[in-house]
Amino acid sequence: MYILGISAYYHDSAAVLIKDGEIVAAAQEERFTRKKHDEAFPLRAVEYCLSEVGIDISEVDHVAFYDKPLLKFERLIETYLSYAPRGWMSFRKAMPLWISKKLHLPKIIKKELGWKGKVLFTEHHESHAASAFFPSPYEEAAIICFDGVGEWATTSWGIGRGNRIEVKEQISFPHSLGLLYSAFTYYTGFKVNSGEYKVMGLAPYGEPKYVDLIMDELIDLKEDGSFRMDMDKFNYCQGLTMTNNKFNRLFGCPPRNPEEKLNQREMDIAASIQKVTEEVMLRIGRHVFDKTGQKNLCMAGGVALNCVGNGRLLREGPFKNIWVQPSAGDAGGALGAALTIWYHYLDMPREANGKGDRQYGSYLGPFYTREKIKEFLDGKGYPYKEYLEDDLYEEVAGRLERGDTIGWFQGRMEFGPRALGARSIIGDARNPEMQKKMNLKIKYRESFRPFAPSVLLEHVSEWFEYDSESPYMLMVAPVKEEGRIPMTDEQKGLFGIEKLNVPRSHIPAVTHVDYSARIQTVDGKHNKRYYGLIKKFYEKTDCPVIVNTSFNVRGEPIVCTPEDAYRCFMRTEMDTLVLGEFILSKKEQPEWREKKDWRDEFELD
Amino acid sequence: MDLLKELWAFLRVRKKFWLLPIIIILLLLGALILFSESSAVAPFIYTLF
Repeated sequence: MYILGISAYYHDSAAVLIKDGEIVAAAQEERFTRKKHDEAFPLRAVEYCLSEVGIDISEVDHVAFYDKPLLKFERLIETYLSYAPRGWMSFRKAMPLWISKKLHLPKIIKKELGWKGKVLFTEHHESHAASAFFPSPYEEAAIICFDGVGEWATTSWGIGRGNRIEVKEQISFPHSLGLLYSAFTYYTGFKVNSGEYKVMGLAPYGEPKYVDLIMDELIDLKEDGSFRMDMDKFNYCQGLTMTNNKFNRLFGCPPRNPEEKLNQREMDIAASIQKVTEEVMLRIGRHVFDKTGQKNLCMAGGVALNCVGNGRLLREGPFKNIWVQPSAGDAGGALGAALTIWYHYLDMPREANGKGDRQYGSYLGPFYTREKIKEFLDGKGYPYKEYLEDDLYEEVAGRLERGDTIGWFQGRMEFGPRALGARSIIGDARNPEMQKKMNLKIKYRESFRPFAPSVLLEHVSEWFEYDSESPYMLMVAPVKEEGRIPMTDEQKGLFGIEKLNVPRSHIPAVTHVDYSARIQTVDGKHNKRYYGLIKKFYEKTDCPVIVNTSFNVRGEPIVCTPEDAYRCFMRTEMDTLVLGEFILSKKEQPEWREKKDWRDEFELD
Repeated sequence: MDLLKELWAFLRVRKKFWLLPIIIILLLLGALILFSESSAVAPFIYTLF
């Protein structure tokens, strides 16, 4: 039986296909349309999912959408009523969309898909909770969804047992941890809905000196983690910005303009909101543990991508194990919707062994065979060399050791915002120049942003204060004390790339200024080649850690096809491209020409 | 017609009949905006709607 899950029309639209309860294909629309966070109906993602198993839409048994439009409409109407007449501008923009499109979703979905049956709708947080619990390794677990907003719920928790999920409590709009974080993302000059990651990356440069101000003036946080926000200081209910003048007065000036110079103030604000967020996560975590007594926790929702918070919850919180859905944002809602139909609507049995999850490493996207890649390379006449498996590892590990930055394109594309060794740019973590090179010459992104390590699972505890799995790069942990190099007072005063450039450990390219690292453990279960490569690198260098960043430039969705990968390779200063078993060297490639400046193609995120 | 049926069923389940006149007025107002403007665009800082 096939079930198609869909998320669309808000941000990060996606399609997921499950067959008899197992995920067979999942992808975000942005990867195909090349428009980051694309919210359009995921036609191409659906097309891919169906082609993965060679069926057409008539062979699908159920179609599920990841939230309930009428419930969301109710929230909108009630919010506009509460704020009238102040929400007029927002109302003027929202209503035409609702009247022309969002109120007719069942009809639109049927038309887009050519689907004759009924479309089923699951609640937004039900979808998040299902995406967190059902693929997790646990038979029983507590579930927390930390989110911006769906219909009404912004944060919710419940219990998953077998094939059932029971939501116990929720915090409702407008009080929202995700929107609070987004308000600060906006205020510090980053783009809401994509810049949250940057705020988290900026936080270690600052002092959390505004924590008391936030706690006193913006959020009334209770011991059990429940909270209310002072909505007088926010504008997202009724306006077209996240914050208002009262908020500005509280922090002493208007929001920073995008791309304007970052000052210590923004870093301190980032550090403060990060700390407040972690505090909320910890308190809710403890409350949920007290209420459920579960030792396992599953999480989803956009805030569950805050891996610094996740790391603290694991280290300092009461749960023994935490599993976070790798596609924790709205794209993952498509998966949750499909799984809800399978387990709740159809009441199918679920088995979990407590060890391995059912997410398959999140390698759930398109795969390109050797023949397909060869056909592409030969068709274009790009010079390459083909290698056998073992020789491939030897050659690529050697290039890593020599300081090459390498585009690594292998197997099925990842589902979720993190590159996990299928569509990655990789480098030598020991190389003190690597971070600078990757930030400024390859990713063309802000200099303060750190990179993440991929480490062999069996060696993780030797290099980091962490001793379990983190295959989805959703946990942050400190670099081992003995591997660190202390900074002098002079070095501590540096900022951005200068501070990042100070070697702070034996793996400087993946060590943030506070000695933390966003870890991906690699065990070879689902990505044999990535494991084989790091293992070979370890044999050559005694270092089981490499740099792993997503295969894209700033503002671009992660590459999907060999063509996307080659284009990105040629536009940047990457040295080597590995497409399956084919290695391409930059210096052997023909000159790359484009009619327009490719930097205009992607809107900065 | 389907939409009206769904809306009615929704209000019954949610027991929010008081919303009906408000929804009708707001929908009419929204329709007015829709037909008086050339396109329905959604440039918004956070897609809350």
